[in-house]
Amino acid sequence: MPATAFEVHDMTVAYHRRPVLWDIDFTLPEGKLVGIVGPNGAGKTTLIKAALGLVPLASGKVEIYGKSYAEQRHMVGYVPQRESVDWDFPVTVRDVVLMGTYGKLGWFRRPGRAEREVADRCLEQVGMTALANRQIRQLSGGQQQRVFLARALAQDAQVYFFDEPFSGVDAATEAAIVKLLQSLRASGKTVLLVHHDIQTVREYFDYVILLNMRLIACGPVDTTFTNENLQKTYGGRLTILDEAAEAMRQREPNR
Amino acid sequence: MIGLSLLLGLSLSNKVMIGTAMLGGMAGVVGSFAVLRGRSLVGDMLAHAALPGIGLAFLIMGSRSMLGLSIGALASGLLAIATVTVIVRWTRTKEDAAIGIVLSTFFGFGVVLLSIVQKPEIGGNKAGLDSYLFGEPGNMLTGDLYVLAVVGTLVLLAVGLLFKEFKLVCFDTDFAQSQGWPTLQLDLLMMASLALVTIVGLPIVGVILMAAMIILPAATARFWTNRLHLMLLLAAAFGVAAGPLGTYLGRGLPAGASIVLTAASFFVLSVLFAPRRGVVAKIVSEYQLRRRISHEHLLRSLYELSESELPTIPRLPLLSIHEHRHWNSLEKLLNLEVEAGTIERSEQTVKLTPLGLRRATELTKAHRLWEMYLVQFAGIAPDHVDRDADDIEHLLPESLVLQLEQQLANEGRLPLLIPEVPLSLHDLGTEKPSRES
Repeated sequence: MPATAFEVHDMTVAYHRRPVLWDIDFTLPEGKLVGIVGPNGAGKTTLIKAALGLVPLASGKVEIYGKSYAEQRHMVGYVPQRESVDWDFPVTVRDVVLMGTYGKLGWFRRPGRAEREVADRCLEQVGMTALANRQIRQLSGGQQQRVFLARALAQDAQVYFFDEPFSGVDAATEAAIVKLLQSLRASGKTVLLVHHDIQTVREYFDYVILLNMRLIACGPVDTTFTNENLQKTYGGRLTILDEAAEAMRQREPNR
Repeated sequence: MIGLSLLLGLSLSNKVMIGTAMLGGMAGVVGSFAVLRGRSLVGDMLAHAALPGIGLAFLIMGSRSMLGLSIGALASGLLAIATVTVIVRWTRTKEDAAIGIVLSTFFGFGVVLLSIVQKPEIGGNKAGLDSYLFGEPGNMLTGDLYVLAVVGTLVLLAVGLLFKEFKLVCFDTDFAQSQGWPTLQLDLLMMASLALVTIVGLPIVGVILMAAMIILPAATARFWTNRLHLMLLLAAAFGVAAGPLGTYLGRGLPAGASIVLTAASFFVLSVLFAPRRGVVAKIVSEYQLRRRISHEHLLRSLYELSESELPTIPRLPLLSIHEHRHWNSLEKLLNLEVEAGTIERSEQTVKLTPLGLRRATELTKAHRLWEMYLVQFAGIAPDHVDRDADDIEHLLPESLVLQLEQQLANEGRLPLLIPEVPLSLHDLGTEKPSRES
């Protein structure tokens, strides 16, 4: 029986009092590639951000290898959405990847030779060695995504959260990411990945989390990624939940 | 800050030079983070909103010691920031509107307060108090230099120690937070440095112009480098230079304004002449690209006109070239090609040299490969393809063209329409195909 890498218990998340995730509850074993699938506005990104402590939980808890995120954050790697940063920022590719090592470096210490070696190794894994000294603005979308992946690798984590790494990337990058995912799995890491393309779920993932404001299903792809569950995930809007959320929002006048 | 103890003995003009240089330097550093973070206007608001605090502090203290007035300025600046936050949070007003409202209201209140302070029935030494409006480095007291030095040291210390942390928070706050950095506190520390520098700069460049001191050196530096640490150093350097230089150039003029104008002229020069990002560099590279494109068009046209008679290279009547496609300045183009040794020409005819034929063949090949690719793989209609191919092929790296050729050959879709004949029939020396680029 493999260890439990990631557990979400009775979690509800609200933005400005409007709940976007209701009572989510699931457990994931380690060493799996997990796709988070659901329609737009289903709360996929919110699920990741809540797990990372970037948005407050209204209720419930999140555990990584049995302990809270605050205690385990050194075991966690994160790839935010590519659009979330200013790509004109004056840093090079290697600078960005080095940021992955900052968490372990701690206060005041600058990255040294050991960290640069880690960064270069991670760049090599995503095939970006030749571009290490480029300013990040000069990269294509796929290359930007690979830089973010390399930065997450530099975090040297056990559990990774990838927010839509396949969005807007070229075929070569998609293939590179898939290869990377498999090598992560082979070394016993767990990867949760927000994914938009239902076609490739069976091909890429072991586990799937079907989400639409609430948890529809979570489990191995073979048994969980069924037509019936997909229907539940994508079929129509969940009017009752929507209305309930709206009602709660209305109670606060100014937002 | 070297020889701080000597400051007491300095003449006024030296004091002004040192003071404005210190201010410019630290404004450049804190301004860089503010500009990168999209917070340039916060400095502006702090500066304008500081004015009522200055007036009140003077009324309370009855003197214009920089420390006391600065505390008043800081207090009302922070109150203004808090007011904006509250307005944005609790009303429907957007942030830019809220900043505008709060900034001008506080400023208006400040102007009223200052005019009350200026009335004769209010006591105290008021000399130099109005320098807070437009700035007057000449009114600097020796004690003011100490305040500047202390603030400068604090700011440099914070940035020196927390460079990595500030960089991370500025670039990707969410990621920083996921690593456990206290992003809110780091952000506040950056804002606090900005506030401190703004406040101590007020008597030197004035509440109205202080924002320019924060923004200009940083925005200027951004033109010259793509590395954050270099940007900080350059911004500091631009600031240090703008202070004394502006004071010196603007003798007899309002000093605050001349410092800001000096910084602005650095900015304009950078906009024009910075490598790569500058306007001139962009025009030059655009011109070079255009010239290369017309060169490639000319050679390709000559190839197409010669094609039916190859391997013999025909003499082409000038008229046929004119008719083949539209040219902007054919004579000039032809002269350039003659210089490059790719064509021979007489009065009314043009003939490719063997070298010219070789290059023209390469170009035509790339063009046709790209056309085929567009039609067969990208599904573009054949009658549209010439233009689309034209747009992109000039930018295609040679490695990609080779790859394309390989791919089309592998698919068995590479018809033998590209004659490799010139290789065997003409004396081309040892020239390699990769010569053309």
